[in-house]
Amino acid sequence: MQEIIKTDERLPFMRFRGIMGLISALLVVASIVSLSVNKLNFGLDFTGGTLLEVGFKGAADLSRVRGALNESGFSDAVVQNYGSQEDILIRLEPREGVKAEQLGTTILESLRTEFDQTVEMRRIEFVGPNVGDEFIEQGGLAMLTALICILLYIAMRFEWRLAVGAVAALAHDVILTLGLFSILQLEFDLTVLAALLAVIGYSINDTVVVCDRIRETFRKFVKLTPVQTVNRALTDTLSRTLITSITTILVLLTLFFLGGPLIHGFATALLFGVVIGTYSSIYIASSVALKFGVSREDLMPPEVEKEGADQDPLP
Amino acid sequence: MLNKYPLWKNLLVIFVVLVAALYALPNIYGEDPAVQISANRNATIDTSTMDRVKSSLENVGIQPKSIALEEEQLLVRLNSDDEQLEARKAIMESLGDNYIVALNLAPATPEWLKSVGAQPMKLGLDLRGGVHFLMEIDMDEAVRKIVDGMKDTIRAELREERIRYSAVRVNDTTVEIELRNEEAYAEAAEYLDGRYQGYTLLEDDENQLLQLQMSEQKLAETRDYAVSQNITIMRNRVNELGVAEPVIQRQGSKRIVVELPGVQDTARAKEILGATATLEFRMVDSENDVRDAQNGRVPFGSELMPMRDGPDQLLKEEVIVTGDHIVNASVGYDEYNRPQVNITLDGAGGNKMSLATKDNVGKAMATVFIEYKATDERDAEGNLQFTKNAEVINVATIQSRLPSSFRITGVGAQEAKSLTLLLRAGALIAPIQIVEERTVGPSLGQQNIDAGTQAIFWGFVLVLAFMLLYYKKFGLVANCALAANLVLIIGVMSMIPGATLTLPGMAGIVLTVGMAVDANVLIFERIREEIKAKRSPQQAIHHGYDSALSTIADANVTTLIAALILFAIGNGPIKGFAITLAIGIITSMFTAIVGTRAIVNSVWGGKKLSKLSI
Repeated sequence: MQEIIKTDERLPFMRFRGIMGLISALLVVASIVSLSVNKLNFGLDFTGGTLLEVGFKGAADLSRVRGALNESGFSDAVVQNYGSQEDILIRLEPREGVKAEQLGTTILESLRTEFDQTVEMRRIEFVGPNVGDEFIEQGGLAMLTALICILLYIAMRFEWRLAVGAVAALAHDVILTLGLFSILQLEFDLTVLAALLAVIGYSINDTVVVCDRIRETFRKFVKLTPVQTVNRALTDTLSRTLITSITTILVLLTLFFLGGPLIHGFATALLFGVVIGTYSSIYIASSVALKFGVSREDLMPPEVEKEGADQDPLP
Repeated sequence: MLNKYPLWKNLLVIFVVLVAALYALPNIYGEDPAVQISANRNATIDTSTMDRVKSSLENVGIQPKSIALEEEQLLVRLNSDDEQLEARKAIMESLGDNYIVALNLAPATPEWLKSVGAQPMKLGLDLRGGVHFLMEIDMDEAVRKIVDGMKDTIRAELREERIRYSAVRVNDTTVEIELRNEEAYAEAAEYLDGRYQGYTLLEDDENQLLQLQMSEQKLAETRDYAVSQNITIMRNRVNELGVAEPVIQRQGSKRIVVELPGVQDTARAKEILGATATLEFRMVDSENDVRDAQNGRVPFGSELMPMRDGPDQLLKEEVIVTGDHIVNASVGYDEYNRPQVNITLDGAGGNKMSLATKDNVGKAMATVFIEYKATDERDAEGNLQFTKNAEVINVATIQSRLPSSFRITGVGAQEAKSLTLLLRAGALIAPIQIVEERTVGPSLGQQNIDAGTQAIFWGFVLVLAFMLLYYKKFGLVANCALAANLVLIIGVMSMIPGATLTLPGMAGIVLTVGMAVDANVLIFERIREEIKAKRSPQQAIHHGYDSALSTIADANVTTLIAALILFAIGNGPIKGFAITLAIGIITSMFTAIVGTRAIVNSVWGGKKLSKLSI
């Protein structure tokens, strides 16, 4: 097969960094605005409450289900189809004063009475309100810890300007993915949180590869300007960046279409995150590093003895 | 010579992959529906039990696949799911109360694999179906009950010592004692100083106020006890549910996780978990003959009661102290290292005990354990019916007037342990409630497995096809590595005892399949670059691998950091994902770098090549 990218010419990536930076900034601002106005559509894991998934023999009669629930005093229940015609999802907000853990079974009983026992229990979830708050806290903490640890590792392995660039790219990816979930009001649950952390993992993987090449190019091609160096490094890694993205997107598509409704949010977050992560490791990480004035001197190996490492070892 | 691996390296790769394959193998054998029988208390399981089980199954016309006695458990494998419930019912009827009969899915791993310790991966509840409860103990309440008991004790003791106080009250974790006058204050201060373990006395002579403050250590002990006590109780009750492989675990400082695979009737599970047990101390009626009572002539004011592992006992109807006055029960040893059971009662209980035993030194006192066992019947409103089940668990002679803290001696080590467990189960219980529940039905579990397997399969096929098209022969090498990687992940997951496969975990495997080729893409792109830079094919391979190495390491270490943080902080679904992701990263490094190099070296290494198929 032909190579995806002809690497003989250096692509002038950095010529567009102004406009790309602007677009990214706009998207980040839009995400933050949406996050503060629309908030996130937190799922049961975070809000607390009760959720039931039940299966019917044929297509579920939603209005009859609502009627049955109304009668048993659950008028605030949200009823919707889930995954297929036969499956429905019932959600209840946390309530005061009721033994919350009994709700699920009570609802199931009332549905069984209404539909002559043909209702199949598929899933009951109950999360106490305090537990939900803790999940939010833990999730935020996990995200922050991950970002800080990665920042430290990259600063140690590379150089602080590149580290800042890498973490800026990460923050960019996380904020945009959160923004997507906020704007589309997709449900944000624990699996989406896991996906978000996986996006961090993926994006950093990509960014490290690019940073590594930038450093190497700086050392190898002494005469190039920083912008030329970055362009060259990005061109050299472009086909790798794209191929890895393609294989990852391929598997995520199978996950999206075949993984079942429980994994949908997870796959959506990762698909979006991987696309954004690919873009950000090309544009955000490097242009932030350039902004902070990354230069050849910063990236030279600290010890002179290592100079010989570039040469071929004797066969 | 360039691009030749020493023999040991090739052997290492082959060895690692083979071992992983061996341990991954049990996963393709599937599981048999089974009934698992274990002994409850004093019953034992031996070949005669096996015969009883066999004949009871024959009576209902079930032909079991196999019956095996392993690790003091009897495992009856069946041919179909339909027979499972029926078989359980038949076995329960024939064996009676002393056995726990649980439904199980037994891995159908062949003997030779079992002998090397190979087992299939453990499936999470979202794949297997079952109930997950997270329970939280009301710690404030638990501590308050202890401090309240302390207040009663102090009141009683001051009264006994004739020290005049104006008030004894509880303030958070402190008992405050207000004295009438200086004289009483001095007396009380002297009396209370150092009297109670775990409490510090704070004196305030200006206001004639004494404060007994619970020490941090005692506070920690109390909380710890509340958790371990509840865990003990949960264990007992879960046994009653008849669940194979239940998980009852402490989580954090005040929570308990209860996982019951395969349980569908959550309502029943909750009711049984919430059922109460109580305890009573009663005097033994020694004036009348037990045999008369057994023949139907029970004297007035007495009651005949069965004893666990012993003859029936005739007890006075009057209850000295009930279990909710017990604040602690533990196994201890006397100076001759003989086991004993230490019991601590709260203030009110201590008073009652002391009063009742004062005139009964030398007589026998019995401990009665009362359980409410769930029957499978329900009343008209659909509530589960419980039957009261009382039995004597211990009879001991009163040696002296008993204070609030006493001990039962003359018991064996094993008996002391089981008595302690029962005392705890019937004791004052720190209140507990369910704060999280996740129940997955069996059909959804199977559906999740199917969906996850499908996604892994097609994701795998797509990536294989892409790599083959794009990198040709080298793509084939990467594909071998990818396949080996999948085997390694499954093998490692099966080997680690604590690792559980969940649906997000399967998503993690899918993601790893997509990302694992990254290392090979990096290497192959490097090789292409080197070829373009007019190096010889051998040099290109050599440099391609060498220069990609540090990049791969850096990229994977950062991803690994993310995975480890997910594992450390996350819970439930997140942990499952983190485990497979982390394992996948590590195994993919091995297969993509060492594994592909071994193949590349054996195929192309050391030969004269004019071009590479890459």
